[in-house]
Amino acid sequence: MTAMVEVSHLTKHFGAFTAVDDISFKVNKGEVLGFLGPNGAGKSTTMKMITGFLTPDAGTVIVGGDNIATSPVAVKTRIGYLPEGAPLYSDMTPEGFLHFIAEIRGLRGAEKLRRVEDVIQQVNLESVVYKPIETLSKGFKRRVGLAQAIIHNPEVLILDEPTDGLDPNQKFEVRSLIQGMASKKAIILSTHILEEVDAVCSRAMIIANGKLLADGTPASLAAKSPLHNCVEITIRTDDPEPVSRDLEKLSDIKSVEKLTANNGCVSFRVFSSTDQAPVSSVNQLARDKDWKVENLQVERGRMDDVFRAVTTKQKIAQQDAAQQKATS
Amino acid sequence: MANIWVIFKRELASYFTTPIAYIFIIIFIFLSGIFAFYIGNFFDRGQADLAPFFNFHPWLYLFLIPALAMRLWAEERKSGTIELLLTMPITMTQAVLGKFFAAWVFTTIALSLTFPIWITVNYLGEPDNGVILAGYIGSLLMAGAFLSIGSCVSAMTRNQVIAFVVSAVICLMFVLSGFPMVLDFFSLWAPEFIVTAISSFSFLTHFEAISKGVIDLRDIIYFISLISFWLFANAVLIEYKKAD
Repeated sequence: MTAMVEVSHLTKHFGAFTAVDDISFKVNKGEVLGFLGPNGAGKSTTMKMITGFLTPDAGTVIVGGDNIATSPVAVKTRIGYLPEGAPLYSDMTPEGFLHFIAEIRGLRGAEKLRRVEDVIQQVNLESVVYKPIETLSKGFKRRVGLAQAIIHNPEVLILDEPTDGLDPNQKFEVRSLIQGMASKKAIILSTHILEEVDAVCSRAMIIANGKLLADGTPASLAAKSPLHNCVEITIRTDDPEPVSRDLEKLSDIKSVEKLTANNGCVSFRVFSSTDQAPVSSVNQLARDKDWKVENLQVERGRMDDVFRAVTTKQKIAQQDAAQQKATS
Repeated sequence: MANIWVIFKRELASYFTTPIAYIFIIIFIFLSGIFAFYIGNFFDRGQADLAPFFNFHPWLYLFLIPALAMRLWAEERKSGTIELLLTMPITMTQAVLGKFFAAWVFTTIALSLTFPIWITVNYLGEPDNGVILAGYIGSLLMAGAFLSIGSCVSAMTRNQVIAFVVSAVICLMFVLSGFPMVLDFFSLWAPEFIVTAISSFSFLTHFEAISKGVIDLRDIIYFISLISFWLFANAVLIEYKKAD
C-alpha cells in the first residue's frame, strides 16, 4: 500500500532559526498520527508545509501521489485543514461560511446543500448556524473550524491542536468525531495534551526543536518510560522496614523504591530486572507474609515521563555540544 | 473563473455585513455632492455638465479608496484567515482577482448611487450625456487604479492603519505628478521629456482626458496596465510573505 502522505527530509528556516530540521515520515489511510512536542517545536510549521501554506526550504511533500511543489491545487483538494487557533471569517454566520468553503471546494447545488447539512449535524452546530461567528463561544468556533475541514470529505485531515482551549466535554466530542473518521482517512493532529495521544492516536511522533525524536505507537512510546513494567504495591503497616527488605530479596527485581507513607499505609515501587512485570512474585510474597495489601498495580509507563525524558535529553545534548564547541 | 466568483461573492457580501459599506456609500455621496455644489460652484457656472463633480473625484478617492482597500489582505493576515484561504484549492491569482473585483464592484455601486446629480443636470439643462458617461468610465478606471495600489499595500502588512497611510501616500504621488504646481516646478529646470514623462504617470492627466469625453485607447491602456502591475506585485508579495 502506498502512503497517503509522504514527507521526506522536510526543512524550514526562519532567518537563522531552524524551525523544522530534516523530518521524514509516512502516513497511511486508517492511521491517526499525533504530533507531540513542546510549544515552538515545529509541529505547526510542519503542518503548514504539508498543507502548502509555507514553502519548504528543502525536502518534499507528496499527498496521494501529487507533489505539493508541482501540483499544489491537486494536493490542497485532498486535504482538510484546521489551522492553529481555528481562524474564521468572524463577520459571517456558520451557515454562510460553510457554504463559502463548500463552493470553494467545488461543491455545487444539491450536493453542496447535503454536505453543509451533514457537517452541521456531525459537529452539532444546529443551534448557532445563523449567528455571526464572532459572537460564538470558543467551543463552537472550533467546531465550525472542524466542519470546514471535513466538508469535502477529504482523504487527508490535518488538525493543528483541535482540542486546544475546549472544556472536557467538548474535548471528548471532538475526539470521538476524529475516532469516527479514523478508518477512512489519514489523519495528522498535533497536541501537547498527552492523554489525547492515548485516546485517539494509533501512532505518535515526538518533535522538539524541529527534530523528530521518537516515532511509534503510544504503547511503545510509553514503554520507554523508566517506570514501565514496575509494580506499585500499597501495604497497611506501621513498620515499612521489614517489608522493604523482603521485597528486595525477590529474584526477578532490580530495585525497590519506597514512596509516600500516610494513614498507616506505605507504598513501594518495585522495578523489574527482566522485561516482565514482577507482579506474580510480589503477589505471592504478599500472600506468604500475610501483608494487608491495599493496592497492587502494574505501571505501564507514562507518556509524559517519556515526553520529558526525550525532549529534555535533547536539550542537555545540545548544551553539551555547545560547551564542547566553546572549549575546543 | 468559478473560484474567482466564489471569492468575489464572499468579499463583496462582507462589505455589507459590516457597517463599512453603508458608511462608505453615504460619505461618498455626501462629499461628492458638497464638492460639486459648493466648492465646484455647480449652479453658478451656468453650464450643463458634470465637470465640477468629476474634478474632485481624484481627491475624494485619495482617502476613501485606501480606506476601502486597507482591509483586503491586512485583515486576513491579522485574523489568520489567510492561512485558511491559501490552503484552499485555489491559485494566488484567483484570490487576488476575486478580492480586487469585489472592491471594484463595490466602488461601482457607490459611484452609480450618485445618479441624482446626473438627473439634476438633465433636469436643469441639456448636457452631453456621452461626456458624462465617459466621466463615469474614467472615474471607475481611476478608482480601479487606486484600489490596486491599496490592495497591494494591504498585502504587505497586518496593520490596517499602516496600509491606509502608505497607500494614500502612494496614491497622492500618482495624483500629484500631474498637478500644474508640480509640473511647473519641474518645467523650470527639467527637459521637456521628463516633464511629459512625469505628467504621463499621473492619474489626473489621464482621468481629465477621459472625462472631457475623449476616450483614448492609450488612457484606458494606462489604467489597465497600472492595475495589472499592482495586482501582479500584490500576488508576488503574498506568495513570498505568506506567514509573516
